[in-house]
Formats: sequence, structure tokens, C-alpha cells
Amino acid sequence: MKNDKKLINEEGRRLDGRRFDELRPIRIEAGVLHRADGSCYLEWGGNKIIAAVYGPREAIPKHTQNPLKAIVNARYNMAAFSVEDRKRPGPDRRSVEISKVISEALENVILTEQFPRTMINVNIEVLDAEAGTRCAGLTAAGVALADAGIPMVDIPVACAAGKINGQVVLDLGKEEDNYGDADLPVAIAPRTDEILLLQMDGHLTLDEFEQAFELAHKGCLYVSELQKKALLEKYASIAEEVS
Amino acid sequence: MTIIPSIKRDYLCKLAEQGKRIDGRRFDEYRSISIETNIISKAEGSARVKIGNTQVIAGIKMDIGEPYPDSPDQGVLTTSAELVPLASPDFEAGPPGGEAIELARVVDRGVRESEVIELDKLCITPGEEVWVIFIDIHIIDHDGNLFDASSLATLAALFTTTVPAKRFEIGEDYPLPLKEPPVSVTSVKFNKAVVVDPSLDEEDIAEARLTVATDSNGDIRAMQKGLSGSFTREEIRKVIKASIDNGIEIRRILMNAIRK
Repeated sequence: MKNDKKLINEEGRRLDGRRFDELRPIRIEAGVLHRADGSCYLEWGGNKIIAAVYGPREAIPKHTQNPLKAIVNARYNMAAFSVEDRKRPGPDRRSVEISKVISEALENVILTEQFPRTMINVNIEVLDAEAGTRCAGLTAAGVALADAGIPMVDIPVACAAGKINGQVVLDLGKEEDNYGDADLPVAIAPRTDEILLLQMDGHLTLDEFEQAFELAHKGCLYVSELQKKALLEKYASIAEEVS
Repeated sequence: MTIIPSIKRDYLCKLAEQGKRIDGRRFDEYRSISIETNIISKAEGSARVKIGNTQVIAGIKMDIGEPYPDSPDQGVLTTSAELVPLASPDFEAGPPGGEAIELARVVDRGVRESEVIELDKLCITPGEEVWVIFIDIHIIDHDGNLFDASSLATLAALFTTTVPAKRFEIGEDYPLPLKEPPVSVTSVKFNKAVVVDPSLDEEDIAEARLTVATDSNGDIRAMQKGLSGSFTREEIRKVIKASIDNGIEIRRILMNAIRK
């Protein structure tokens, strides 16, 4: 155990009143930007994230082009004002790593072979950060890709589970992330049930891992429905306008 | 980037000769403005400004730091702008380029020279500790006139800023001490037409640009001309008049937004 900070009370409620298997409130809106080919605004607890997709377009610099498929460049970036102590603008090692694992997860579901020599840029801007930004960012990116009309096997979705005070819980909040025992972000393609992203830090027994994974998986399925709803809402209103 | 604008240029110029603009506005008409404040919980102050399709978020962070040796009893102000690739297919990731630095510097100058922030009230221990204010401007959606949008977002964010004294254990939080702000209005000229609040299409073909900041008395507080084209004296008068007229309405919208 990292420490003894009490994160669950006697009634099994967490600091923000959630039960062990409850997500923070999530709000998703598709198509929020004028310039981008596809975009998404997402609030997940205290996280506020905008994702925008540009492409497929000619890949530059030219030597990065792949004659057989599109390259997928996700860029995860935190706004300077998104965290407690101002973050210096620009990429740091953490955001470069997150950008990489998200790029790889997205590349898996996008039908890249349909767009040789092109690049698809996915820009994820974290405006307000409060634990779980990579899952929220990937989830927003999935909606933005669908909004951009990019063919995919499925809309990717992510959710984390973790362990606090020895108890496996869904979707760690800020304090839980800081003082918890483990964090397990997972991204899946719900339709094919493939795992696209998996990271873990902390300490889990094999049993706890099974439980945590099961929780995260359930969380993903729930969030996946919210993603689809957001897209349907946008396009249903457009369909109404034209009919 | 070169072929489409030349076709568009002809179209925009033709419209302008008939006294029209591509989005149906009059030459001296601003796009609709919306301002939301306190949208970022981690920031000391924040605002989202939309001018038509252009969207900018400004966030204020504060920290305690050392004053500059030549102003030991004044707070420190730092302004940065990020033209993140989210906002436009033409923006690239990487360190800030000329455009981002010019934007940040123009906004910084507007805030600094107009003395909106009472920097002398942000001294904690003269020569040792003062408040440092970070203004960070995040361009979210680029459809022209980032100068006005960024300035307005910065002002709205500053006016909702709380000095986080409690977090640094030096007393109670209090609102950032501010004075009446000047409001910036930008116009551009192309093919003899002078239009206020250029959209991206108009900006792309602009020959000259002029930003005029006016205060609540209708007096001029700052000007900045940009681009290689020129204005006549008569055009300058027109631009100033449009800036004063639009400035009144923008100031009203700003005051409404920060009163909430």
C-alpha cells in the first residue's frame, strides 16, 4: 500500500459519493468545430477534452508516406492552464508516450489500407485535467474519427479501473489516482472485443487484475453507448433538417 | 494554398465591388460574439470566446516568483499563444512560430500598455516575491480574426480571475485588481474594400490590416498595422470609426459576460 489515506467510507462510498462500480458523469458532443473534418467535445468528471480529426490527406513530410496504408498521428496535448501548477506549453515525455499509445490504438481500428500515402491527424487537447485524461482523450478521438467519416472496424472506447484502499473500483478520480494502489486504463473495440490499449501501474494480484479488467471492460461498453448516442444526436438533427 | 485563394480572391473582390461580403455582412458589421467565463476549473480565470466560427480559450494561471530587477515592486505578466493543430489544417505541431509569437505579443502589449492589470498591487515582498500571471491562449477553431478573439478572451478571463492566495498560504483569495479595459477591433483591406472583423477567407487575401483599441470614452488606446499593403488617410478614419462603433457593443457584451 502506498499510504493510508482513506478513500472509501464505511458505507462503501468513495470520496465523491460513487460506489465501486460507478463512473463519473460523462457528456459527449459530436461535431463541435467548424474547421476540422470531425470533432468531439467530451466532459468526463472534471476532465474537459476536445478532439479534432484532419484527413486523410497527403502525408508530409513525404518520406513518412506508406505506399500501402495511411499513417495515423494522434497528438495528445495538455493546455498550460489545464492543471493545478501551470504546465509549460509543448510536448513532454509523458504526452509523447500517451500520443504514441493512442496513435497505435486508433491505427488498429481505422481501415488504413484504404488510404495509402495519406496521414490522418487526430488532435486531442486537454483543457481541464482531472485523472483519466488518456481514456477520455481516446474516447473523444473515437467519436471525432467517426464524425470525420473515417472508416473503422469499430469506434474505439477507453475506460480505466483501479484499486484504492485494497478495493477494486471503476474510473479513478483525482485523489484516488494520487493516493490509490493501482490504475489500469483499457481501450477496446467493443464489436470485436479486441483490446487496443492496456497499461497498468501499481500493484494488483492476478485475481484483482481479473476483477479490474472486468470492471474497465463494462465501463467501456457503457461509454461506447454514450459515444453512439452523441453521434446519433448530431446526425439525427441534420437528417431532420434536410428531410 | 495558392490556387484556391486566387479564385476566391476574384469572387470576394467582385462581391466587394457590389458592397457585399461572402457571409452577407455589411463592411462595418462584426460577426456575432459569445463569451463564456470560468469554464476551466483548474485555471484561476478562464473564458471561451466565439466570434462567428472562430473559437479561442484563454486561461489564467498564477504563481509566486521573483520580480524583474527593474520593477522590484510589480507583478510579472507572461503571455503565450498556442496555435494547436486542432484549430486549422494549416497549423502544425511544434514550438511556436512567428504567427503565434506575434499574436501573443500583440495581446500582451494590449494588456500591459493599457495597464488593465494593476501590477503594482501584485507585489508580495518588494524585490523578492511577486505574483506571476500566466496568460495562455489556446486557439480552438480558426475562422479569422484571432487578434480580436484572443484579446477578448484574455480580458474576459482576467476579469474572472481569483488570486489564489489561500493555496500559497499567504491570506485569503481575492479578485485580480483590474481597471477599465480597452477593446480591440481589427479591420482588413483588400482591393480597396475595408471590412471589419475579417473571416478567414477575407484574411487570406488581405493586403493590409489595422487593429484599433478604444476605451469607454471612445478614445484610441492602441493601434497596430500589419501586412504589406497600405491605407489612405480616409480609410484609416473609416477603420477608427468602425472600431469605436463596434467597440461599444463588444464592451457591452464583455461586461455582461463578466458580471455573471
